[in-house]
Amino acid sequence: METIAIPAINFAPIMPEVILSIFGMALLLVNVFVPSEQKAYLGYLSLGGIIIAALTLLNGWGAPPQEGFSSSVQLDNFAIFFKGIFLLSATLTILISDHYMKREECNVGELYPLILFATTGMMLMASGTDLMTIFLGLEVLSVSLYVLAGFNRANVKSNEAGLKYFLLGAFSTGFLLYGMALTYGATGTTRIAKIAEFIAQNTSVAANPMFYIGMLLMATGFSFKIAAAPFHMWTPDVYEGAPTPITAYMSAGPKAAGFAAFLRVLIVAFPSLKADWTDLLWVLAVLTMTIGNIIALNQNNIKRMLAYSSIAHAGYALVGFTAGNAEGTAGILFYMLSYTFMNIGAFAIIILVGKKGEENNNVSDYAGFATKHPVLALAMSVFLFSLAGMPPTAGFIGKFYLFSSAIKAGYIWLAIIGVLNSAASVYYYLRVMVYMYMKDPVEEFDWMKASPAVMLCILVSVAGALIPGVLPSYLLELAQKAVLL
Amino acid sequence: MSQFPLISVMTFLPLMGVILLFFVNKKSYSLHRVIALVVSLATFVVSLPLVTGFQSNAEFQFVEKVPWISVGPFQMNYHVGIDGISLWLVILTTFIMPIAILSTWTAVEEKVKEYMICLLLLEVGMLGAFISLDLFLFYIFWEVMLIPMYFIIGIWGGKNKIYAAVKFFIYTMVGSMLMLVALIALYFKAGGGDFSLLRFYEVSLDPATQTWMFLAFALAFAIKVPMFPLHTWLPDAHTEAPTAGSVILAAVLLKMGTYGFVRFAMPLFPDATARFTPLFATLSVIGIIYAALVAMVQEDVKKLVAYSSVAHLGYVMLGVFALNQQGLSGGMLQMLNHGVSTGALFLIVGFIYERRHTRLITDFGGLAKQMPIFATIFMIVTLSSIGLPGTNGFVGEFLVLLGSFESSLRWYAVIGTSGVILAAVYMLWMFQRVMFGELTNPKNQTLTDLNAREIVIMLPLLVLIFVMGVYPTPFIDKMSPSLEKLIVHCKSKQQTAKAEVPQLPVAQVSPAAAVIPADSK
Repeated sequence: METIAIPAINFAPIMPEVILSIFGMALLLVNVFVPSEQKAYLGYLSLGGIIIAALTLLNGWGAPPQEGFSSSVQLDNFAIFFKGIFLLSATLTILISDHYMKREECNVGELYPLILFATTGMMLMASGTDLMTIFLGLEVLSVSLYVLAGFNRANVKSNEAGLKYFLLGAFSTGFLLYGMALTYGATGTTRIAKIAEFIAQNTSVAANPMFYIGMLLMATGFSFKIAAAPFHMWTPDVYEGAPTPITAYMSAGPKAAGFAAFLRVLIVAFPSLKADWTDLLWVLAVLTMTIGNIIALNQNNIKRMLAYSSIAHAGYALVGFTAGNAEGTAGILFYMLSYTFMNIGAFAIIILVGKKGEENNNVSDYAGFATKHPVLALAMSVFLFSLAGMPPTAGFIGKFYLFSSAIKAGYIWLAIIGVLNSAASVYYYLRVMVYMYMKDPVEEFDWMKASPAVMLCILVSVAGALIPGVLPSYLLELAQKAVLL
Repeated sequence: MSQFPLISVMTFLPLMGVILLFFVNKKSYSLHRVIALVVSLATFVVSLPLVTGFQSNAEFQFVEKVPWISVGPFQMNYHVGIDGISLWLVILTTFIMPIAILSTWTAVEEKVKEYMICLLLLEVGMLGAFISLDLFLFYIFWEVMLIPMYFIIGIWGGKNKIYAAVKFFIYTMVGSMLMLVALIALYFKAGGGDFSLLRFYEVSLDPATQTWMFLAFALAFAIKVPMFPLHTWLPDAHTEAPTAGSVILAAVLLKMGTYGFVRFAMPLFPDATARFTPLFATLSVIGIIYAALVAMVQEDVKKLVAYSSVAHLGYVMLGVFALNQQGLSGGMLQMLNHGVSTGALFLIVGFIYERRHTRLITDFGGLAKQMPIFATIFMIVTLSSIGLPGTNGFVGEFLVLLGSFESSLRWYAVIGTSGVILAAVYMLWMFQRVMFGELTNPKNQTLTDLNAREIVIMLPLLVLIFVMGVYPTPFIDKMSPSLEKLIVHCKSKQQTAKAEVPQLPVAQVSPAAAVIPADSK
């Protein structure tokens, strides 16, 4: 009788995931007993879970990579850095959720466990060293997000967002899975490291169309997830319709997760095909930056504008990806982190300015905001300047790093397209500022009562957008250490 | 060199004012004004030892160097210092700030706190850009300047303020972004290390690389100068900005562009400079003539002064590109003169605008009878702007024309000279229509002459107009050694470049990938 060898189970590499899932499941149970006006407590509990997960995570920083589950997951600095970003974006999102949910009267406690599950999925994606693990993480993430996007059941747009995201997301998952299947067919393995080994040993594989198509389809699937043009079509509608905290979350965490998996797959599994995938990536980068920015120019809804701008930001990150060197990868890590701060910060302000039923989301609704709320307007300006890449903000350092990695790799023209794009993007960020500072107020903004949680989120975000802009060394060093290769 | 960090104290002193202002009640307007004035005066006082302590040699002085960002391949330092080129521009900045702040004492009556914060932040940015010896640091300050100026124009400006502010921002941003790319490319070309300007001076670049790097830098600076045909943002920005904004824009911000040429574009890429000298000289001369002609037909005094700015900066550029001792010192002097004279002109326009809330020439006439002190001051400033001998304007223009006449730009100088005549035409004509003739408009008959505060604002500028006009030697002496060094540096590099590459068509720009070695790991 054949014996089945059960591999030694090592939970250490996925400890943060385990903690988050346990908390998520526990919260689902607790939720039943919490009255609807006190769901905020669930938020605090989930924050507790995140803190514990973060502590276990930090423990592993700098240690040699730990493998687990017969090397289908790996906890290395790269994964830890990304997981830090996910936990951060989840934290900031939870901080701004309660305010929004009370306003929209959709105070349903499942929100917090779903955020935790989504974060778990993202973490698995960053850790996954097997195509199957990555897929598993992606699905855990996506399914949670489909629900989250359609969370505001009373709102038609939210329903639409959920459905649209589900349909297109499922579609892209199909691409990804098909690509993985073809790659498996061509190389006989789903372990990322083994794929690289196989290619190195078998030169014939490069001539195998199945293999190329596999890589291409996987890239397509990931491009959907990071909203790279021309696979970005779902983004504006979903971002506009989804509840604002979830929009903030989706623009930061899941996008970073997509990059984490995309980076690991291409860099670790297909290093020998770098010439091929960089060609693919620069096309994506140029398209993504340009389309995102151009369409963002004439958006009146601020959520849509930030949606298109987030497409453009994925394009900037792709510039660093195209460079394919250590600086580029570190640049993406740094950029994703600072983007989390500045974008969620901006969304926090949007939540405060918004009214029930997602009203007041037009750029013109910000007229005279600075006169009524100078401090919040100042915070918003910091976020917008950071998004625009003006010094001395984190956004500038991030772009500087990304573009310089491209220049170092010889892609000067790509960097030029990048900087011209960010110059164009200044226009629509400035538009918000024009309304905030230079138009007379039409509203009293008297409904705005910032809760301490939202203020904390804004405070943390301002610090995160400013401090790395003036003193970037520490974070850049972390990013540098987190580069696998 | 661990002495008192004079430069840093001076540069960041306005920041103290900003922090102080944050804690002041937003309704105590007079307190805001006093704080801003005191802080800017203190900055000026702190900057004075730079003049007295400055040795007339070509070295960078008061240098401070502290490691700042050190990661991966990059090393950025907080590296500051001044030489003869930046010395006077720094002093001009600290000198003009209290004047600008005092000039808005009654003009700005809402959001005074924010206004003063913007002005002080602007001062930090401008001083920082002049003192930076690290290219990355320079770029940061260069960009940071944009933000307060954008708000100054956009919040406290005139009718078309938003259009003007956004145009100003985007124009400058496009230029500086390309400079950023060239800057990073230059860094890798120099083999990594740090962003020290002095180190980049020593790098020898091949002509093709120089060409496009020079163009990227020059675009950023030419927009800021502004050179024809990139000048269109300036009249808008000037006209819409509040008085203090216009004064600072004319006196200091535009100098960023010309300073950029002298400090960065020309010495870093001497060979390309030589190649593009005809182009830039042509644009300068077109700027001189064209702006003068446009100024002539303006109905708005402020717009007229704005166009005269474009013409004046054309002289500066002509002198700078002559690349000889007279031309360069003339250009540098003209930068200061323009700061003083045009700054004063904008103040004058501000005075009458505050009284009449119009700037149209046709609304005035015969003001001299009603406002004798004002008329006298206006006359002096007008003459200095035209370049009458005995005033500062003359010395600068004379040196510029002399220098360019002696260089390869002889014919440009000949054409440029006609700009002097045109300047006399539009300035005097404007002066005549505003100040002389019958006092017909009843609204003008009740105008009051300048008050004590306004006279105090103008006095230092008037003194400077004569001092610099009669005895410019101390100004020139301090800058000469640095300029000489710059000229020697550029010329010798041009020589070696010519020796290595006998002939090089301008159009030959190789693709970027060939210029920068692929991943040099």
